[in-house]
Amino acid sequence: MIVTELTPFAEQFERLSQDPAHFPDWVQSLRQSGRDRFHQVGFPTTKWEDWRFTPVTAIAQGRFGSGPENSATSEITEWVAQASLADMACRLVFVNGRLQPGLSQLDSLPAGLTVGGLADDLEADGEIATGVLGRQANIEHSPFTALNAALFRDGAAIRLADGVEIEAPLHLIFVTSGGGDAVCSQARNVVRIGRESRLKLVETHVGAPGEAYLTNSVTEIELGEAAQLDHHKLQSDSIAGYHIATTYVSQAASSRYRNHYFAFGGALSRNEIHCYHAGEQVETVLHGLYLVSGSQLADCRTRIDHAMPNCVSHEVYKGILDDRARGVFNGKILVYPDAQKTDAKQSNQALLLSDDAVIDTKPELEIYADDVRCTHGATVGELDPKGLFYLRSRGIPESLARKMLIFAFANDVVQGLRVESLKRHLESVLLADHGLPSV
Amino acid sequence: MLEIKNLHARSEDTEILKGINLRVQTGEVHAIMGPNGSGKSTLAHVLAGREDYEVTAGEILFNGKDLLELSIEERAAEGLFMAYQYPVEIPGVSNKYFLKAAINSIRKHHGQPLIKTSEFLELLKANLAKLGMDKSMMERSVNEGFSGGEKKRNEILQMAMLRPRLAVLDETDSGLDIDALKIVAEGVNALRSPDRGMIVVTHYQRLLDYIVPDFVHVLAGGKIVRSGDRTLAHELEAQGYAFLETEPASV
Ligand SMILES: Nc1ncnc2c1ncn2[C@@H]1O[C@H](COP(=O)(O)OP(=O)(O)OP(=O)(O)O)[C@@H](O)[C@H]1O
Ligand SMILES: [Mg+2]
Repeated sequence: MIVTELTPFAEQFERLSQDPAHFPDWVQSLRQSGRDRFHQVGFPTTKWEDWRFTPVTAIAQGRFGSGPENSATSEITEWVAQASLADMACRLVFVNGRLQPGLSQLDSLPAGLTVGGLADDLEADGEIATGVLGRQANIEHSPFTALNAALFRDGAAIRLADGVEIEAPLHLIFVTSGGGDAVCSQARNVVRIGRESRLKLVETHVGAPGEAYLTNSVTEIELGEAAQLDHHKLQSDSIAGYHIATTYVSQAASSRYRNHYFAFGGALSRNEIHCYHAGEQVETVLHGLYLVSGSQLADCRTRIDHAMPNCVSHEVYKGILDDRARGVFNGKILVYPDAQKTDAKQSNQALLLSDDAVIDTKPELEIYADDVRCTHGATVGELDPKGLFYLRSRGIPESLARKMLIFAFANDVVQGLRVESLKRHLESVLLADHGLPSV
Repeated sequence: MLEIKNLHARSEDTEILKGINLRVQTGEVHAIMGPNGSGKSTLAHVLAGREDYEVTAGEILFNGKDLLELSIEERAAEGLFMAYQYPVEIPGVSNKYFLKAAINSIRKHHGQPLIKTSEFLELLKANLAKLGMDKSMMERSVNEGFSGGEKKRNEILQMAMLRPRLAVLDETDSGLDIDALKIVAEGVNALRSPDRGMIVVTHYQRLLDYIVPDFVHVLAGGKIVRSGDRTLAHELEAQGYAFLETEPASV
């Protein structure tokens, strides 16, 4: 273990153990084991199979502090305003991983929905976090999960009671900004959806443009029987930043989890989603779109544990890579011996806009049951020359024609969204990115 | 308006066009017929600027300009339009967006102001009605999932919206049912005008009963081997291309 890697985080850890916010003992022991684990293994290297294409040396060498305490600067207020979406039921804003009540909007919460900061929940009686926090996010799974356990201070704590359907989405905005200092945000989120309840969640990540900060978030989600969660995540972090996020989802019988991931920012981003089927008739939908250019690296990783029979999973990831950008996609599907009648579809499509852009795709299907339907496909391509010619032969200049085809490729993922304001927002991001005229 | 002189074109190492000569004046409709694989679509694509074909000799003048010097989009903006034998599907781009982008691109090329949305929608509505197309098709992706006939109608719709100076219709009649053929032919006829030229590629006299050509040419083996007036089409319909084998002109 290289001690220098730990030093900056060690300081934070020391400060945390003396934190006036009194975390219960079980949380302190989770923290300690996270710290021990991270101490033991350190940052991953490209020699690790799961990190082969994703070097984190820059993160290991960065000295990330915990950031200023009071962060409601006018810039941050502005970023929050820009990230805000219409028609949300409520909004929780976190700066450097800590809840900012002043920037949040929690008036008139729908009945049955409890929303707040994890630190507040733990300081009270841990009503939401107990039994969920640390249950799925095994510190041995990844050094970053261990690091988050050691260093989280706050995050979102969300609970929806049984039998409640809420149409308007709940918006979580995570802002990271060190005001010049290298800063890390280690948000820890806990989400519990009661039986036969439905919620839509939008998670937005933004930060100080150009800052090389680190966000390392861990989210644990538990879906009750026949519960439904539409989880959207927009990663628009600083182009120089590092974004690591791991989401663990446990699905009880007949539940449906849909995740829509959109990655635009980060010098390096790694988004992991782990879904575990704890009952039958479960549905999992994972859709993703990443747009990277320059020397950005986007690593998207999903793992679905088909542990029970009669469950369905459907996965589509699309990437658009320009310049020297790199994409990594790893989709693991594990079908347990008992999981008969599993129906798992996976597809990964990448559009390479430059000769230097690279994508490493690895579908990993491990199937131990015999009566299953599992398909996967990966395509890597360039823009369709026939389509390009067709558009140009109608007078559309080549540059615009290319943009239209890129937009079309990406828009497909956006059109599937069920949150109108988010759909419009993403359309305008895609249009702006590609300088297309609006219709 | 169009003058093709001794045009030779090849794809990789196969020579496909072997010295085409053709002159189209404004107001004229020329029909091109000829056996499968004789180079009719290749000629249309070379006019439109398809880069898969290399022009090895000859020249093409379009309204006095050297067509071969123009990019694909410049040719279209200058008023050249090819209705595809096999229209391309473009998933994710709606017909409406595509048409408006095309109109505005051409307007920009000529330094004209962009079309007003209301004006665009009116024009679209009128043309859809003429071609018996449902407006819901405009919200769908370009040609995606369209039937063969719907694709052909969509080509003519684009022509009606863009109002080109020279239209090259490559087998627009194939895949159309009898009623659709009439509707599409009427759409084409409505665009016949003294300041517009047309080249109609077809295998069948039936289309030429509706769109009556001023000239008929036979393209065979990469050359125009016969030209005549509309009676030539009747002759071909009756006798086929057997004459090609006996006449030295075809070799
Ligand atoms: N891109 C290409 N590469 C190689 N050969 C080609 C290419 N395009 C056309 N050809 C060949 O050139 C010849 C002429 O093709 P073309 O499509 O122009 O014929 P056509 O007269 O339009 O035939 P049809 O009546 O069947 O539509 C054919 O033999 C065809 O296989
Ligand atoms: Mg042809």
